[in-house]
Amino acid sequence: MSLSFWFPLAILGTSLLAAIFIFLTPEQRYRTRASLNLGAAILKILMLIWMIFGVFQGQLYETRFTLLPGIDFVLRADALSMLFAGLSSLLWLFTTIYAIAYLEQSPNRSRFFGFFSLCVASTMGIALAGNLFTFLIFFEMLTLSTYPLVVHRGTKNSLAAGKSYLRYTLVGGAVLLLAIALLHTMVGPSDFAETGVLKDVSPALYPVLIVLFFLFIIGLGVKAAIVPLHGWLPLAMVAPAPVSALLHAVAVVKAGAFGIVRVVYNVYGIEFSAQLGVLVPLAVIATVTILWGSIQALRQTEVKKRLAYSTVSQVSYIVLGTSLFGPVGTVGGLVHLLHQGIMKVTLFFCAGNYAETLGIHKIKELNGAGARMPLTSIGFTIGALGMIGIPPTAGFVSKWYLGIGAANAGMEWVIGVLILSSMLNAAYFLPILYRLWFLPASAWPNEHIPAKRFETHYGLLIPMVATATMSLVAGLLAFAPFSPLNWASLISVREYLP
Amino acid sequence: MSTDLLIPTVLVIPLSWGVISLLLRSRWNPSFALLGIVIQAVAVIALSAWIYREGSQSYGLAGWEIPLGIELVASGLSVTLLALTALIALICALYALFYLRSYPRQQSYFWPLFWFLLTALNGIWLAADLFNLYVGLELLTLAAVGLVALNADKSSLEAGLRYLYFALFGSLLYLLGVALLYGGYGTLALTLLPDLLAPDLLTLLALACITLGLLMKTAIFPFHFWLPPAHGGALAPVSALLSALVVKASFYIIAVIWLSSYDALAIELFWTPQALGFLGACAIAYGSWRAFHSQHIKMLVAWSTVAQLGYLMLFFPLAFGTAEHAASLAWQGTLLHLLAHGFAKAAMFLSVGTLVLAIGSTSIKDLAGISRQVPMSLFAFGLSAVSLMGLPPSGGFNAKWLMLQSALSSEQWWWVVVILAGGLATAAYIFRVFSVSFETHKDTDFKATHPMLDVTALLLASIAIALGFFSMVPLALMELVGFQWLGGEQ
Repeated sequence: MSLSFWFPLAILGTSLLAAIFIFLTPEQRYRTRASLNLGAAILKILMLIWMIFGVFQGQLYETRFTLLPGIDFVLRADALSMLFAGLSSLLWLFTTIYAIAYLEQSPNRSRFFGFFSLCVASTMGIALAGNLFTFLIFFEMLTLSTYPLVVHRGTKNSLAAGKSYLRYTLVGGAVLLLAIALLHTMVGPSDFAETGVLKDVSPALYPVLIVLFFLFIIGLGVKAAIVPLHGWLPLAMVAPAPVSALLHAVAVVKAGAFGIVRVVYNVYGIEFSAQLGVLVPLAVIATVTILWGSIQALRQTEVKKRLAYSTVSQVSYIVLGTSLFGPVGTVGGLVHLLHQGIMKVTLFFCAGNYAETLGIHKIKELNGAGARMPLTSIGFTIGALGMIGIPPTAGFVSKWYLGIGAANAGMEWVIGVLILSSMLNAAYFLPILYRLWFLPASAWPNEHIPAKRFETHYGLLIPMVATATMSLVAGLLAFAPFSPLNWASLISVREYLP
Repeated sequence: MSTDLLIPTVLVIPLSWGVISLLLRSRWNPSFALLGIVIQAVAVIALSAWIYREGSQSYGLAGWEIPLGIELVASGLSVTLLALTALIALICALYALFYLRSYPRQQSYFWPLFWFLLTALNGIWLAADLFNLYVGLELLTLAAVGLVALNADKSSLEAGLRYLYFALFGSLLYLLGVALLYGGYGTLALTLLPDLLAPDLLTLLALACITLGLLMKTAIFPFHFWLPPAHGGALAPVSALLSALVVKASFYIIAVIWLSSYDALAIELFWTPQALGFLGACAIAYGSWRAFHSQHIKMLVAWSTVAQLGYLMLFFPLAFGTAEHAASLAWQGTLLHLLAHGFAKAAMFLSVGTLVLAIGSTSIKDLAGISRQVPMSLFAFGLSAVSLMGLPPSGGFNAKWLMLQSALSSEQWWWVVVILAGGLATAAYIFRVFSVSFETHKDTDFKATHPMLDVTALLLASIAIALGFFSMVPLALMELVGFQWLGGEQ
């Protein structure tokens, strides 16, 4: 029971305790709640920085106790978990600042921020889970803690969206439970391990393992919004903007994508997956999702809906990178886990700013918004260019590594897919940029916040500027130590060691 | 006081409290009950600690010895169930102390019946022979019927009477089976019977009578129809006690008797375990369907009990006629489900009771907006729902996992489907309530309720969740003298 035992639990506990105290905070105690929220977020980031240095030096942090005969509850810090935990805690801080400003004066804030913290606690659990059983615990906890956020507004639309969200995710959870239980029956208890745990299974079980692999992909793919399991995501756009931001950038879709990464690298092992021949079908699934999401995004007329379909498409880049055998492809997938997160959160912050400040929901209402809200529009431009993959943004780094990874894996057709999808990305983002900067402004639909010192509430602006800057810096300084790319390469090296 | 007196003590305390409450003026009842709660809690803790240290113990009442005697056995399993009963009953009693302030007339009858109910339950957990079990069952039925009829209006009397008829009929069947066994083997001791049983018609008939009678009392589909009006119509603490504990007692007796007799009759009973499992699957399907279509929140929770009891029945196909590994997983899963459902369902009935007090209506439609007005009750409801749906982290999830493992390792995939689909069906009816609670368009008048009502419900719900992390505690305690003691050498 040393520090290394309590440390992962403490990181999880900060958000969990914050959730409990926030639930108990009376509705009117605005300052108490805000300081609880921000205090916990900052404390967690500090603890995580400490932990990341520890993991870098090969320190082991592990919480482990027995839950059931043969089943351990394991929280463990490895390089991969730090990648997701880092993303989650960093974006939590920014989204919290944003949400405090966004929800000013609106009802039910204790409930909102309570579940918000619970949701982040779940993502931390998902990041740190050391085996599939622990992963499932937090994966399902995430479903339950995001539902109240999706239906937060209590309108007919949001309740309907909540219903569809539950239908998809609960069924997905049941499939995942089945897959995990089956694997447990077949190979017994096993923790996540670098290079996988199934290499020594008898070849007679290979066909079952292949079926099981796709059960895993279905179970996790609901949250990762893999086509055709993505139906809940565009509907869930009725939620308040910070929720959409969090859902799309870190919480739900990333949990699914991260789960797929875990299954491929730390359960099956990338080399064993290649040997089973499941990687090419996975790449095809990812490709279909990438293209389908982009095509659907083209057809949307609402800002948030277009961003939603863009998420469907972009998250599958992570899956695609995972399915490319070879260190470079792995780096491409993993680094996109972070890059997509910071870029997408920026875009959603911007969409929220337009809606809150000027009442803009439709794309055609964005004409000329660049002059009225320059900072927000610059942020949006950076995010959009990143999604298209134009250098020097973070998105370019992801796509570059994915492309080379595909060539190394002998799957050159993937490069064609990347080019095609970048063209589609350009086709649905560039018109928006054109409208923002080059078309004359008309009257705003509903101007809530007048332009004073800043173009909008400073609480809405700061987090957006921060994440937009990060999207640029992650691309410009891609080779600096502790950059996303650097860290992804570290993970990749550890996965492919003989 | 010598330590083995602790075993009868956990019976004597509630019994004497029951008798004294009958004689006491009603205004003294609450404080007297509070005293009893504390003393009983101390006694159960002392007994559990003793058994945990020393292993299984027995106590011969009034000097009678086996095979005729009245012997009480405190094994790891019985101590686990005693602790479950004590925790749930005592927290419900705390709730009742405040809840019954709104029902002054019922108060004076509630307490004696409550204590008799507790005596009966403890008697069943400690009994080591079939006749003691019968005595416990009868006392349990009478106390439970009395509690159901407490409201003394037309519908509760009707529900109580219906309950009484079926429970008595079930008891008679059970008694008939017991008499057959006694006629055939000359003993009723659970420790002796397994070695004596011969695979003949008499034994089979006896087992059939006992099983059928007890299934009626457990409200297993298709004998479930008395349960929803009885549990759904009673006062909140009563519903909690009935759903969490009373129906479990008769199931426990079936399980114990099957575990001691199955080996002798394995060939004759060949498809019966599957058939009993099928009844369970029907219970899950039908109970969930009715819960989904309930207009009243208390009926929804009561139908949910019908469905959840179905999971217990999966014990039979998973534990009988399967390999030892699968059987012991099934046993652990079933007991964990029994515990988790006990805590979760008690918490749910208590929180619903508070909600009904607060909004003054039992209709689900009127729950609109409660997430703002009565958040704590709804939160307790939510936590207990997590366990009922079998979602992690909760005792309900761990139970589901163990049952799934058992079904998978014995390659009975059809039960896998039932277990997974059952969880989704539960989510379907539970989220109806949540969905309404987030609606904001309506303003109902909310009455303030005593905070202790929320505290007790939250406490029970938290135990159901915490069981997800501390399942090893009851499992280890039960294993002290568990599966093997019951004769199940698979």
